[in-house]
Amino acid sequence: MTALTVLSAGPGVTVQDMGRPGLLGYGVSRGGAADTLALAEGAALLGQDPGTAAIEMAGIGGTFTVDTDTRIALTGAPMQATLEGEALTWNASHRLRAGQHLAIGGARKGSYGYLHLGGGIATEPLLNARSAHLAAGLGHPLKDGDSLPLGKDRAGETGLTLDIDDRFSGGTIRVIPSMQTDRFSKEDLDRFEATEFARDPRGNRMGVKMRFDGAPFAAQDQLNILSEIIVPGDIQATGDGAPFVLLSECQTTGGYPRIATVIPPDLPKVAQARAGDPIRFTFITRQDALAALRSYGDHLAKLPKAPRPLIRNPHDIPDLLGYQLISGVTAGEDHQ
Amino acid sequence: MSDTSLPLIRDVGLTGLLVTFGERMSEEANRAALAFRAAVEAQGWDGVEETATSLTSAFLRFDPLRLEHDDLSARLSEMAAAKDWKQEPLPPGRRHWRIPVVLGGEHGPQFEEAAEAAGRSPEQATEDIAASRIRVLTIGFAPGQAYLGELPQHWNIPRLRELSPNVPEGALVAAIRQLIVFTRTTQTGWRHIGQTAFRSYRPEAETAFPLTPGDEVSFTPVPAADLPTLRDDSEGGATAEAIG
Repeated sequence: MTALTVLSAGPGVTVQDMGRPGLLGYGVSRGGAADTLALAEGAALLGQDPGTAAIEMAGIGGTFTVDTDTRIALTGAPMQATLEGEALTWNASHRLRAGQHLAIGGARKGSYGYLHLGGGIATEPLLNARSAHLAAGLGHPLKDGDSLPLGKDRAGETGLTLDIDDRFSGGTIRVIPSMQTDRFSKEDLDRFEATEFARDPRGNRMGVKMRFDGAPFAAQDQLNILSEIIVPGDIQATGDGAPFVLLSECQTTGGYPRIATVIPPDLPKVAQARAGDPIRFTFITRQDALAALRSYGDHLAKLPKAPRPLIRNPHDIPDLLGYQLISGVTAGEDHQ
Repeated sequence: MSDTSLPLIRDVGLTGLLVTFGERMSEEANRAALAFRAAVEAQGWDGVEETATSLTSAFLRFDPLRLEHDDLSARLSEMAAAKDWKQEPLPPGRRHWRIPVVLGGEHGPQFEEAAEAAGRSPEQATEDIAASRIRVLTIGFAPGQAYLGELPQHWNIPRLRELSPNVPEGALVAAIRQLIVFTRTTQTGWRHIGQTAFRSYRPEAETAFPLTPGDEVSFTPVPAADLPTLRDDSEGGATAEAIG
């Protein structure tokens, strides 16, 4: 069986898939990739199922090698990536030969980068998934020397890329009312929409806090709210009055009032924002939220056919003089 | 919200609906939530992807592109109004657990303090706990972690402002007429009154979650000397039998 070896890893490198939906009643949030769209993009680049387990890298990657030639894809927050010292294009698939070193450094923007492997990570599932869910004591952060089995690759193409919209710098996040929105005053709700928040440095796979100038956000009768079910996307107004957006690895119940809920298609953008990135929230109607969800579903459905051949920029080719240019084999300037 | 507005149906984001039977924890509101969830499960509605309960609510996660929100919400309203859910029996398929526990001493450093807060002598407190057959009200906060209740009214003791660090896995803690067996070492404002060898979260086992909301639990006080033997048993000395 092919194995991937972790030569070195940053502190937040874990195996992730689509997580474990269905265990809310037993106190386990669904977990899974912080940016599930990136998981689907990597799967599309390698022609695999979107649920294929990959490596999620929070902020910084690591150095990896394989014992058999393997296809890889890089998605999510763009990171510095080199193969044996040669720069690799992000949002693209490549070939990693046995023994070669793949080095993935810090994110240029965004928070979570992904390394996908042909055949996927094939560790033993726990509770029907391979995702590390640290809050639930499932799996662990990868460390130097770890070796992970890979599944059988269908041995498809490499050298493909995907055009994606930037979701790595914060921006406007669409929300709908949640179960306690009506306990906030009209003034507070207006102010919630008018405030430019910045993602606070305090944040992880469980959730991210929003920093802002102004009075705390508080609900009426806040202390008498019984702990209730919470789901990823819910925005709690926590004890100090700062909005806290819950992500995939959140707790399953909570007693803080919820001012709104992020619609699922916009959750990757919240997860990917890095400390200091601006965030604004805007309420939309349920009807518009459903339209956004439908359009997100359509986008996901089209992803497998979206990859296009990667046209290399001549500046990125170190031995340009070695190429036969006259015959017109290379495509020349890349205007992307 | 007054009691006349209950049950209350609320949205949880784009994909969730919550049916709440009580603004405060009560035996009957909890029972209503458990019975209602079981009834929703029995409907087998296409598009409902998951159900769960909290202390006093039943929760549904659904696919809003397959099942229209307004349609589902109307079905839930109709079901909620069809009968008095607080008078419904608990759903079938439950179990009664007997879990050995060491109360007080080094394994329950806040036992005497908790007994005093409940206005009981340590002997009376031991009797109260041994005599109580309490329900898994809900599971949450941590995987598999069951909130058990309710104890008699005099056990309505507050949580502490000062958190106790490193209360171990298997610890029995008490507050607000409820008991919890911790699924792992944690800090807490609940009083640490005893120690079990019972693991209510076993991710590596075929049955990862031995307890289910609605199950009933009795604690059997045992001497501290029994703990090592209990820890050698995969069930921590606990037994379970079907109810009814």
